[in-house]
Parts: sequence; structure tokens; C-alpha cells
Amino acid sequence: MGVGIEVINLNAWYGTNHTLQDINLHIPANQATALIGPSGCGKSTFVRCLNRMHETNPIARVTGTVRIGDLDIYEDAKPVQIRRRVGMVFQRPNPFPTMSIYDNVASGLKLNGYTNRRVLDEIVERSLKNSALWEEVKDDLKKKSGASLSGGQQQRLCIARALAVDPEVLLMDEPASALDPVSTSKIEDLIFELKSQYTIVIVTHNMQQAARVAEKTGFFLNGRMVEFDSTHKIFTNPSDKRTEDYITGRFG
Amino acid sequence: MRSERKVWSRIRTLTDGAATGLAVLSTVLVVAPLVAIFVYLIYKGASSLSLDFFTKIPKPEGESGGGMANAIVGSAVLLAVSSAIGIPIGIGGGIFLAEFGRGTKLANAIRFTADVLNGVPSIVMGVAAYALIVSPQKSFLPFTGHFSAFSGGVALGIMMIPTVCRTTEEMLLMVPNAVREAALALGVPNWRSVLSITVKTASPGIITGCMLAFARVAGETAPLLFTALGNQFWSTSLNEPIAALPLQIYVYAISPYDDQHRLAWAGALVLIVLIVAAVALVRYVTSRGVLKGAS
Repeated sequence: MGVGIEVINLNAWYGTNHTLQDINLHIPANQATALIGPSGCGKSTFVRCLNRMHETNPIARVTGTVRIGDLDIYEDAKPVQIRRRVGMVFQRPNPFPTMSIYDNVASGLKLNGYTNRRVLDEIVERSLKNSALWEEVKDDLKKKSGASLSGGQQQRLCIARALAVDPEVLLMDEPASALDPVSTSKIEDLIFELKSQYTIVIVTHNMQQAARVAEKTGFFLNGRMVEFDSTHKIFTNPSDKRTEDYITGRFG
Repeated sequence: MRSERKVWSRIRTLTDGAATGLAVLSTVLVVAPLVAIFVYLIYKGASSLSLDFFTKIPKPEGESGGGMANAIVGSAVLLAVSSAIGIPIGIGGGIFLAEFGRGTKLANAIRFTADVLNGVPSIVMGVAAYALIVSPQKSFLPFTGHFSAFSGGVALGIMMIPTVCRTTEEMLLMVPNAVREAALALGVPNWRSVLSITVKTASPGIITGCMLAFARVAGETAPLLFTALGNQFWSTSLNEPIAALPLQIYVYAISPYDDQHRLAWAGALVLIVLIVAAVALVRYVTSRGVLKGAS
């Protein structure tokens, strides 16, 4: 089951560049939350702070509190533990090029020392079914490399890989921006399906996509969160002038 | 207007043809020396190849016949020792440079040292191994105090380190960052991600680097002159002087006997064939593991 995320006074830097400033919000459990905003507004940095990927860059720094369920991720746990509970899907599909489809999905478990074959088989099948890829690949799970799939299939493979470690939260950083419209709509259908089991945070450039998949939407601008509300409200009756300008296409 | 366009089109076609011709010519010039050497070695050496060459040890001076079986085995022993030293240290260093020490002073120092080491003449490597192992009666290293296969292997092993180290680093840096991020985002610890994902992804290139270093030291003579020394008899002991193909070729090539000259040619041919075979075998074995469709 998904859990809620509580963000309190989050600040982030790359070197001297203050990329996130005083972010406060509550992301509800078992819903999709979309983050929109122009390029460089900090929305990607924000999701990377939710699984502590931000700090893998040596010049990056974070302050503030992020609580996922009951866990204060910057106080109570190591990054490795957080990342097993918070899965992530990247903008460009990034399957492990040397691994088969099966090994790609099982990689998170295998690399953490999990070896029971029967359980692995089950998890791989369930994850691929959850990511709507099973029917397309079930015949050459171990024969084909993950890199031999099409772009859209690769992205669903990456989703399956993230689901296999059984996270509570799924972060998606522009998961469909490198894909064609058909693959995009498959990913969106998938987000709809997955909401019942996971808390989903999706960064997107595509405002229609936010409107289609998310219950809540946050608008980021210049490292600050301008407005956070129900998606319906953001797109029909935003409280902030800047949000309105952005969604009506006046800038960005 | 029209005729002018025609002229330009002719010029373009001609330039294109000239560029293609130059490229083909360069390719021929690159391949020609290798082919020439190979053909000449076959011409000079193939007639002296016989079963005896691969099964017998050298005859005493002046007697005809005999072979280089001990030198072939000796080269194998020396290369096993040098690979056991050079490949792990080189790969380890390369991993450190690319994954853990990026941008640190230590990494810069190691990179600089490796580049300098790469330029050190091979005879100096031999002198170093001589001073460290052969000459002292007591040292922190084993098999000290006399000429030995071990000292020759160490000299060759140190020569392998910089090539292996720098190619490993370069191959690892070519692995896209997205692959590293994918592993980290799954909650895989960094060291595990480096060993199981990054190194594995770069492994074809790393293996090529190892093979390059291996092929380079396989033909080295100078570092062995006063370390492995050479041996007219059978020996596989690390503690004793050992024969090696390049050494044996050197000794026979400068000897006054025609028969030994012929054996030297045959030895050179065998050395090249063995190196090519070893490289091809490793490439074949390692390429089979890669799945079809992987880019």
C-alpha cells in the first residue's frame, strides 16, 4: 500500500545555486500527484529529494524534513533503505544493457542478495503484469536483452523493475517525454492502474497529462512551489496569477 | 545557372571519390605492415616448424634439430604470473579512478603515475625487477636472490598495469550515468552497483584493454634478460630461471648457426600465432555471454 508524504521546509542546492526554496506540501497516499512547471523550476530536483538521489551529486545539499509514512528519510534511515521504499522511473528509459528482461526486473532484488528462484520468478511475472508488459515479453524473458525492446516497452520494463522491489511510493520524472503518443497513453493507463497500490508522484511537462492522470497538482516556478491544489482547481480556477499565466500558455 | 550547377556537381563527385580513395589507401597502409610481417614470417619460419619444435627442448650449441617446447611453456608461465599481477591491480586502479576517486587529488596522482609508467622503457622495468627481486639476498618479496620466473613475471606484470588501468577507467567513464542512477534508485549500495552493473556493462572494453596489455608484454624481451634469464632445459618453477619465446628468439637470432636462425624465425611465427589465438579465444568466449540485441 502507498503512504503519504509530508514535506516541511525543504531547501536544496546545487553548489551555490539554490534550486529549491522552502517547499511545504502534503502528498496524499494512493493518489497520483503531478508536478508541473517550466524547465529548470526545480520539480525534478524535488522528486530526487524524495528518494535521496539528489545527494548522489557531490556538490548537492539538502535541508528540511521529508516524512514518508512515519519515516523521516533524512533522519531515521540510510539512502539505500529509502530507495527500496521509494521507486523511481527516469525520463529516458534506462534498462541495464547487459541484462535480460528477466534479470532487469529481478535486478533490484538480486543485487540486494535475494536468491530464491521460485519467489523471484513470481515477482518478475507479477511486476511485468503490473506494468502491462507481460504479454509482450513472456516468451523471451531470458533470451532477449532489455535494450532490445522498443522505447515504450523499455520504459514499462523500468516501471516493472521499480515495482519488483515492492516500494510504497513511485516517483516518475517525465516518464513519457521521450515516448511516442501510443506508448505515452499506455504509461498513463498504467499510472491509473497503479494508483490503487502506490503513491505516485509524476513530474511532467505536459499539462494535459497532468490533467488526465493526477488528483493533485503542484505548480513550481523558479525553485518555489507557487500553488498546490486539486488538479481540477489548478486547471479551471487557479488562485495564483502566475499559475493561470502558465496553464493558459502565456509563458513557459 | 544550370551549367554552373552541373560543374559543381561534377566537382562534388570528384571530391567524394578522392576522399573515399584516400580512406581506402590509408586502410591498406595500416593493414599492409601486419600482412607483410606475417607473410615474411611464414615464408622464413613455416618450413622449420615440425612436431619437434613443439615437443623438444633446444639441442646443445652446434647440434641441429631440437625445439622450443620449454620456451612456449615458459612464456605461458610468465604471462600467467604477469596477468595475475597486472590485471587485478590495473582493473582495481581503473575502477578507483572512474568510480570512487573522481576529481580527488589521489586519483590525479594515480592517473599521472600510470601515464608515466606507460612511457617507461621496458628495459628499465627489467632493471627495477632485478633490483627488487633478483639482486637482494633478502626482500619482502618471495623468490629473491637469484634469476627466476617470478621476477620476470613481476617485470611484465608491472608493464601491464598502466594499460589495463587507463583503459578500464576510460571504458567505465563511457557507461552512461543513467545506468548508475538506475541501480542506485533501486536501493543498491554504491559498491555493489559499481561491481555488478557499471563494470559489467563496460566489461567488453575492459577485456579488450587486458588483451592489449597481454599481447604487448607477450613479445617483450628486454625486461626478461636479467630477470627470467632464459633456460635451455625444462622448468616450470617460479623459483628458477625460465625460458621464454622472445628470449629464445633473441638468443638464436644472434647465434652463428643457420639452423638456429631458422628456429628463431619459426619461434617468431609461433609467438605471433599464439598471441593472435589467445586474443581471439578470449574475445570469442567473452562475446558469447552477451545477449543478442544488446547495444
